[in-house]
Amino acid sequence: MRILPKHTQRAAIAALGGATLLTLSLLVFIIVFVLEKGLPVLSLRFLFTNPQDMGRAGGIFPTLVGSVVLPLLAVAIATPLGVGTAVYLTEYTRESRLTRVIRFGTDCLAGIPSIIFGLFGFIFFVTTLRMGWSIISGGLTLAFMILPTIIRTTEEAVRAVPRAYREVSYSLGATRWQTVRRVILPNALPGIVTGVMLGVGRSIGETAAVIFTAGSSLRLPSSVFDSTRTMAVHFYILAREGISTENAYGTAAALVIAVLSVNLIAYWLMNRVMARRS
Amino acid sequence: MTNKIDIRDLDLFYGKFHALKDVSMAVRQNGITALIGPSGCGKSTLLRCLNRMNDLIPGCRVSGSVALDGRNIYAPDAEVASLRKRVGMVFQRPNPFPLSVRDNVVYGLKVAGSHDRRQLAETAERSLRGAWLWDQVKDKLDAPALGLPLDQQQRLCVARLLAVQPEVILMDEPCSALDPIATMKIEELMLELKRDYTIAIVTHNMQQAARVSDFSGYMLLGEMVEFGETNQVFTRPADKRTEDYITGRYG
Repeated sequence: MRILPKHTQRAAIAALGGATLLTLSLLVFIIVFVLEKGLPVLSLRFLFTNPQDMGRAGGIFPTLVGSVVLPLLAVAIATPLGVGTAVYLTEYTRESRLTRVIRFGTDCLAGIPSIIFGLFGFIFFVTTLRMGWSIISGGLTLAFMILPTIIRTTEEAVRAVPRAYREVSYSLGATRWQTVRRVILPNALPGIVTGVMLGVGRSIGETAAVIFTAGSSLRLPSSVFDSTRTMAVHFYILAREGISTENAYGTAAALVIAVLSVNLIAYWLMNRVMARRS
Repeated sequence: MTNKIDIRDLDLFYGKFHALKDVSMAVRQNGITALIGPSGCGKSTLLRCLNRMNDLIPGCRVSGSVALDGRNIYAPDAEVASLRKRVGMVFQRPNPFPLSVRDNVVYGLKVAGSHDRRQLAETAERSLRGAWLWDQVKDKLDAPALGLPLDQQQRLCVARLLAVQPEVILMDEPCSALDPIATMKIEELMLELKRDYTIAIVTHNMQQAARVSDFSGYMLLGEMVEFGETNQVFTRPADKRTEDYITGRYG
């Protein structure tokens, strides 16, 4: 028997809407769950005082610093490299076997588990280059980890800039670099920022690669050659070693709020930039 | 009148496809030269050879010569960026950058290294006046260019080109996205511009070619079938194929 289009239509709405609803409610559930347990602990004091007794008491200030510094360093290193690579691949080279191999390589790199990057960072930066467990080792490792994402999102964004813009720019006597700087990068900016934000998100939440390369020292770092502990690592250690469930949730809540606000600020900045341009 | 551009024995290949076959023609100084022919005949390709826009297409090869004021623009020592400042282009669809009206007009100047605000402002005004757009946009120079009506956008593209003071203006079906009244305005503008510039235009619209051009070339399958004074091409075509096309029996 043939099912009427009217009914398949209704079924489709139910199925697609249901999937959306399920996804959203899971997301809300997780956030509410973490905040409900963590918010009672969370306070300015908690954020800005040093931990005591391995984190059983006191605040999480050093880990807050770690969670700001490491992703910043990672993004500062990975963005110019990634954007440069992506622009070179899309604007300066013709599509060929070589560019396809490079693209395949970056895709594979994006799929490698973070702990492998951690292991590499440990062997290369921490021991071979004798940087020790430090912010710089961790930042470099995270940079390598997020590089593929930044390259791919930038490539997509650059490719999406209309060909007409390039043609006009060249037809007015602009060089390739002038076209890249004045036309392509500004128009690809939203996509590039998305890639960078994905990178920030991944580095803030990363634990395995960070423990291997930045260590887990609870002291406030005084230079990039000091070890540090991020909030994510702090949460992991507090929960895993049963030190303090309460403070673990407090840290988790701080982490969730941090990620949300980073995204909100990026979104807001983006809108302002776009509004000014057009 | 002298020849601004001389095209000799030009062949062009996209990969294995032979897109232009042994084309020779001239573009007269301070004249309007029209290229007509059915879709895919190579007229846009030929136009794009005149400022080497085809260089951007992978797998494109050119042989033969295109001389601008007697110097081959395909010579090994020819400089592409400076060529394109002398030979500018207006495209089929109005394509202002997503910037303000002002920033669009001065783009070419900034690229050429000019940053003096007063000079930029003067050139912007002169170019917008030259494109008959000044009165419409003088109060909204900082408004987004993409907010203008299509025909004003196209004239903005002309102004943007005039700002770099080209010698030759190439127009690739500049009116195909415009309505008849806007088309008429662009045509009037072309007649005005040819006093100071040399113009080559590709058009699908034979009436347009007949109305504005001094010389016409009819192309078919990559060949220049007939080239001559517009009047003669349209009233006494020497080639049977041209006659078929302009009388509407083909294409």
